[in-house]
Amino acid sequence: MARYGINELRGMVEPDRVHRATYGDPEIFELEMERIFNRVWTYVGHESQVKKPGDYWTVTIGRQPMIMIRGEDGKVHVLFNCCPHRGNLLIGDRSGNVEKSIVCSYHAWQFNYDGSPKAIPLAKGYEGTKLDPSGRACAVRRAPRQDSYRGFVFASLADSGPSLLDWLGASRVAFDQMCDRAPDGEVEVVPTCFRVLQRSNWKFFLENQLDVAHAVVTHESTGRAAMDVEEQVKAKSGSAPFDYHFLSGFTMPLGAWDKMTTVNYPHGHSVLEGYMSLRPKDPISLEYEAVMKAKYGEARTNEILDKNIHHVICWPGLSIQPPLQQLRAIRPLAHDQTLTELWHFRLKGAPEPIYRRALGYFNLVNSPSTMVNADDLWNFRKQHEGLRSEGSEWVSLHRYLGQDDEAGGVVRTRIGTSEAPLRNYFKAWAEYMTAGN
Amino acid sequence: MLTVTAPAPLAAPKPGAARASVPLDVQRDVEQFLYRQADLLDGKAWQDYIDCFAPDGVYWMPAHPHQTSGDGVPSIFFEDRNLMTIRMKRMLHPRAWSQKTQWGTSHVVGNVAIESHDPKSGAVVCRSRFHMLDFRRDQSRHFAGSYVHRLAKTGDGYRIALQRVDMVNGEGMYEYVLQAWV
Repeated sequence: MARYGINELRGMVEPDRVHRATYGDPEIFELEMERIFNRVWTYVGHESQVKKPGDYWTVTIGRQPMIMIRGEDGKVHVLFNCCPHRGNLLIGDRSGNVEKSIVCSYHAWQFNYDGSPKAIPLAKGYEGTKLDPSGRACAVRRAPRQDSYRGFVFASLADSGPSLLDWLGASRVAFDQMCDRAPDGEVEVVPTCFRVLQRSNWKFFLENQLDVAHAVVTHESTGRAAMDVEEQVKAKSGSAPFDYHFLSGFTMPLGAWDKMTTVNYPHGHSVLEGYMSLRPKDPISLEYEAVMKAKYGEARTNEILDKNIHHVICWPGLSIQPPLQQLRAIRPLAHDQTLTELWHFRLKGAPEPIYRRALGYFNLVNSPSTMVNADDLWNFRKQHEGLRSEGSEWVSLHRYLGQDDEAGGVVRTRIGTSEAPLRNYFKAWAEYMTAGN
Repeated sequence: MLTVTAPAPLAAPKPGAARASVPLDVQRDVEQFLYRQADLLDGKAWQDYIDCFAPDGVYWMPAHPHQTSGDGVPSIFFEDRNLMTIRMKRMLHPRAWSQKTQWGTSHVVGNVAIESHDPKSGAVVCRSRFHMLDFRRDQSRHFAGSYVHRLAKTGDGYRIALQRVDMVNGEGMYEYVLQAWV
C-alpha cells in the first residue's frame, strides 16, 4: 500500500487527464474499496423486493456480503451476511424467505429478522465463558447506517458522514422523477434482476453512461439495423413499434448529441438532460396523461412530465433512467471485474402500456441479449486491456474543458459532448481518495 | 405499439410428460428439422435461420422457467421476425465492433420427444435438449437447456410458430452477453 501516499494519489488526477493506474492497479482498487465504497451510501435494493416478513435479498456493499430483510415489525433491515459464531454466510441464496428465523446451516444459531439473537444451541457450553448468548456479540451485525428514499434502500458502512439525503443532493431527482411519474406516487420493482459481469474496471461503466459522444460510434451497427427495419415496417404497415426507437435512436448524428446538457453536482453525481423526451401524443400516452392529471392536476402533471431527465448517475454505484424506469447497480468485484445488476420498475397506478414501454427497453437494451450493451462491454474490456499498455500514460478528459458553466460547485455543460461528467467523477474520486480518515 | 405479438402460452416441458405415438417418418422429419436449425445457427446462416420461422413465428427465451408467455414480462429474448432481422443486420454490419472478433458456436441437439402431433394439419409440439459451446476471443462458455418447438407443417416443410428456450444457466450471471440466438 505504501506506493500510494496522498501526494501520489493527488498527482494521478489532473483537471484534464487521469493516470492510467487509476483503472488498472489492484492496489488502487483496494484503496477505492476502503476510501470510497466503505464511506459512500450504497444502493441495497427496493423495499418492494421484500414484501413479507422474512423476505430477503442478498447483496454486496463494497467487499461485504449483506442481507436486506423485511422484519416482523414491517421495517427493512440491512445486516451483514455473517454468523457471529463462526463467520458462515447466514444466507446462501440470492433471494427468498427465511421462514420463522434466520438459521445458520453450520450450528443452528438462530436470529430474528432484525438480526437479534433468538436461540443458540448448547447454551450451557457458554456458561462461565466471555460469550453472552443474549448479548450484542451474538447478534447479526447491522449496517452501520441505513436509510431509504422513496422506497429505495441504501446503506453505508461508515458510522458517520453526510445523511443519505444530503449525500444524494440533486441526484434525488432520479427517484423523484421515477416516483412522481407514477399516479400513485410510488414504484414497484419487477423482480427480475439480470446480472452481467464485465472483465473491466468499474469506472469505465459509469463514464460510458454520460459520454454521449460514444453512442453514434459504438452503437452504429444496431442503430442502422433498427432504422432499416423500422423504415421497412413503416412502409409496409404505416407505423413501427415504438420500442424500435430505443435502438434506431443511435443513428442520431454527433451534432444532435451536442444539444443535450449534463449537470454535474458534488460527490460525483451527474445528470443527463434533453435526450429521448417521452411525452409523445399517441393514444396510450394521452390516456396516461389523463390519469396523471386526475391525480395531480394540470400544472403539476406538466411540471412532472416536461422534466426531460434521461439519465442520472449517483456516483459511484448507480445509474438510473427515470423516464424508462430502469436502474443499474454497479458492484465492483476486483480491479478488472465488475458486476452490474439490472432492474426495472412499474409506475403504480399507471396504465399497463406505460409499463410495456419500460419493459421494451429492459428487454432490448438491458437483457443478456442486448444489442446495445454488447458493444459497450466490448469497449470496456478493450479499454481495460488497452490501458495495460505503456503506449499511453494518461487518459484524456480534455473535451470542452473551460467551456462549461460553473456556479456554486455545479457544472452545467453548454455542449452535450463535453467531458464534464468524467471530470466530475474524478473530482469526487480524488476527494474521497485523499481525504483523511 | 407492442413490439411482438405474443403467441399462445407455452409452458416449460414437464418431466416425464407423455409422448405422442407418431409415425417414424414424422419423428425423423422433426429431428432433421431441429438438426438443420442448429446447423444454420452454427454456420451463421442468419437469413436461413430466420426463415425457419413462420411469418408470425416467435423466438423466446424466458427470464424464468415458470413463465408461460413472453407477453408483458421480462425475457432474455422475445423476438418476432422483424426483431430477428434487426439482430441479423446488426451482426452483419461492418462496424458491429463486438462481433468482429473471432467467435463461433457448436450446438448438439438430442433427446427429441414429440409431445403432440395433429395428423390432420401436421402440427407438432416437440421438445429436445441442447448443449452449446460458445467461443469468443480465447474464452469458451457453455450453455445448456431445453427447447420446445411449436411447429406448423407447410408445403415446404416445418415452420416454427414458437420456439421456447430454457437455459439451465439462464438465471445465472452472464460473463459478457448473448449476441446470436441460442
